[in-house]
Amino acid sequence: MSAAILFWAVTIAQVALAIAMALALIRIIRGPRAQDRVLGLDTLYCNAMLLMLVFGIRTSNSLYFEVSLIIAALGFVATVALAKFLMRGEVIE
Amino acid sequence: MNQAADLPIWAALLIAIFLLIGAGLTLIGSFGFYRLRSFYDRIHAPTLGTSWGTAGIVIASIIYFSVVESRLVLYQLLIGAFVIVTTPVTLILLSRAALYRDRAENSPDVPPLDVLPLAPSENPSRTSNPEKAPITAHNNTHIGEK
Repeated sequence: MSAAILFWAVTIAQVALAIAMALALIRIIRGPRAQDRVLGLDTLYCNAMLLMLVFGIRTSNSLYFEVSLIIAALGFVATVALAKFLMRGEVIE
Repeated sequence: MNQAADLPIWAALLIAIFLLIGAGLTLIGSFGFYRLRSFYDRIHAPTLGTSWGTAGIVIASIIYFSVVESRLVLYQLLIGAFVIVTTPVTLILLSRAALYRDRAENSPDVPPLDVLPLAPSENPSRTSNPEKAPITAHNNTHIGEK
């Protein structure tokens, strides 16, 4: 019984996060300006990180935690660098 | 799912509720990010996923691994703390960059940079060192008395 509850909850959560990633991807493709695309990339990173956490619950493997931590750190650095590039025209000055 | 059959049913229900709250809020945030019109509206929407979306999934993960390993597992809080700290920084930088770009194009949707530009005589008192400011004020009054 508890296995069935957990299986369906994890499946629904994974489908919801996948749809959220698809919506962010549509905004990246369609986005009228560059800052929309950067924000879409940030949203995509965050959703991928949450999807990795849900994968960790599904397989009961704590290895996915480190994957999601790396994704969070890379997403932060990438968004900060891209915002700096939009602001100043170069990243390191 | 190999150890999921050993879970008590209250733990499974709690994990399911927190997972559905987190994933549903993330989906709502991304849908708002897809749906809203201007950039300054859109920048609010994904924070739903980075605040309670992340918190719900992190709490579900903490409950699951604590029950499965029958000890308190808290390392998922690291992700929650990291996301909570870094999201405002990235969004402030991104919104300032967007505002700068819109002002550089003279877009009518954003307010201009300075409503009342500073007079040139005000500039030294604004930018001067606060330790030196009383001295100059004293000198000015002294000159005025003469």
